[in-house]
Amino acid sequence: MVGAVTGAMILVDALRDPATTAALDGDGWTTLLAIARAEQLIGTLAHRLDGLPMPEAAKRVLADARASAEQGRTAALWEAEMARRVLPDMPGVLLKGTAFVAAGLSAGVGRQIGDLDILVPRDRIAEAEAALLAAGWEWVKPDPYDDAYYRRWMHELPPLIHRDRDRMIDVHHTILPLTARVTPDAAALIADSLPLENGLRILTPNDMLCHAAAHLFADGDLAGGLRNLWDVHCLVEEFGTDGLAARATHHGLAREVARALRLSATLYSPLLRGRGPGRGAVITGEPLVAQASLPGPLPASGEREKTDALYLRRLLARDGWGCQTRRLTRLGFYLRSHWLRMPPTMLARHLWTKWRKGYLPAGG
Amino acid sequence: MRHVTSLKIGPVGFRIGCDWRAPIADLAELYRDYPKPDDGIPDFNVHLFAARPWRRIIRPSVHIAGDFVIPDAAPLPLAMGVLAAEMGMNLQMALGQRRYLLLHASAAERDGKALLMTGVSGAGKSTLAALLMARGWRLMGDEFALVDPATGLIHGFPRLISLKNEAVPVVRAALPKARFGAVMEGTPKGTLRHLVPDARAIAAMAEPAVPALILFPRFGFEAAERPVLPSETFVRLTQASTNYVALGERGFDALTDLVRTVPARAIDYPDTGTAMRQVERLWSAL
Repeated sequence: MVGAVTGAMILVDALRDPATTAALDGDGWTTLLAIARAEQLIGTLAHRLDGLPMPEAAKRVLADARASAEQGRTAALWEAEMARRVLPDMPGVLLKGTAFVAAGLSAGVGRQIGDLDILVPRDRIAEAEAALLAAGWEWVKPDPYDDAYYRRWMHELPPLIHRDRDRMIDVHHTILPLTARVTPDAAALIADSLPLENGLRILTPNDMLCHAAAHLFADGDLAGGLRNLWDVHCLVEEFGTDGLAARATHHGLAREVARALRLSATLYSPLLRGRGPGRGAVITGEPLVAQASLPGPLPASGEREKTDALYLRRLLARDGWGCQTRRLTRLGFYLRSHWLRMPPTMLARHLWTKWRKGYLPAGG
Repeated sequence: MRHVTSLKIGPVGFRIGCDWRAPIADLAELYRDYPKPDDGIPDFNVHLFAARPWRRIIRPSVHIAGDFVIPDAAPLPLAMGVLAAEMGMNLQMALGQRRYLLLHASAAERDGKALLMTGVSGAGKSTLAALLMARGWRLMGDEFALVDPATGLIHGFPRLISLKNEAVPVVRAALPKARFGAVMEGTPKGTLRHLVPDARAIAAMAEPAVPALILFPRFGFEAAERPVLPSETFVRLTQASTNYVALGERGFDALTDLVRTVPARAIDYPDTGTAMRQVERLWSAL
């Protein structure tokens, strides 16, 4: 039903335009659900398709996914509350999924939430660490190299896990590693953050978009990218992009934010509804909406189309079982993610240490 | 995935994909009388694959994954492909099941009422369930019992019964005409042989039953029995459930209802004949 060429496009189509699922047969649903699980978007999909006619077996799977996301939401909010109680005087800013559900944003509807991500001022990170350790959180990384690496170079403490609740917390002091070529203004992220009723805070919508783009294009290897771009799509639909260009430029993320907007529009823009699956535009990276053209140090448009197409190739690399395909493309993005994160000699030293310990990128 | 089969066990549909032909052929034969997933849409996918392309042929070893995965799941040799598939399905249930409260227990039904038996590995869950099947009970499953939070009823999961070590000859003697899989020596649990549930267990697998008795059997002790309080049953069943925490309030409500309404007994037994007499006596005294 879905060949290697379109890959995860079946999921993108269903999220963008739920009516496309009316054409699916049993194999099509099987593929859609497997890929949605693999991309951690099944809860989101379940909400998007709620109420549409579909086979009973698909309805059951999606009802389970909605219940599971709801329980995940409860647990994530509870975890945020636990952190708030331990850090009562800290201006803790919730990030990503927990922030979306705490603020009731559309990006949080059905969203799968893993760790609790929280941003605190850099000069208070030792205080936060001591308070968490005293309240039952413990180290996860037993490896001294990893621990030292986090402390020296990363934008967050080594991950901590709570010994009773078995939940992970990532305490950030900024949104990109210190070694990255871009240095976002962490103090401004916190200074401009918005208070929630319970005393916790969230980033402004524009900073949420900058964070999503930074995470996607300046840090990671694009794993989970479809979910990230869905977040971007929801934030733009809900809040628009007023002032975003200036804010992105301020953080040094103009190029990343522009790319995030372009790609999320290419995949999820409602303007594309009714154009059906397997659209040529996606493959060529044709610029589709005006909002995607942010000012900033952008490459020439031909170059941009080519690299956008490469990103899409990576983002859609799934087979009908939800397994990752295109090993070489993924390896390329894995290496690129490290290239962006650290200078070349440091990169060489780091990868050598990791490979000697038997770590292999992008397996399975 | 080059080779594929689909099947339904109790209320749960699976699709199993595999890099090799033999495990799928064996699985399809053992599960030949089982239905296919409803609407052609499985609840879970299982992947059995070679870690590197050449490992399909050279020292083939079967890695187990699927919709839900654990890091570092140990691979099995190709000769244990059916076991790998069973472990893959168990893994999906343990990690991904959200419709039912999943109890690590065997279950058998008589007169619309279900007997649940739970305990550590080696307590005799599978053996006792198979022997009850031989005595005319309807087998509901030897590994998982599914509690429906909406109704409190038990749904069966009658997968292939997994007999280990000295249980293999005991059950073979009790069920000489039954269908068995190949003998697998040297598995992580010793010698293992699969038993296909009888026609009745398969035909009635979609029918739930009212829970009537919970047993905590222990093999290898003098015959003994004691009542188990709801509080202890509750704690032991939270430990025997893989999704109790993930279900949140629904799981808590389902489990507290179960332990409040269903009596529980711990039984020790030195041999299976004694165990059968203990079970029948407790059942008829309900």
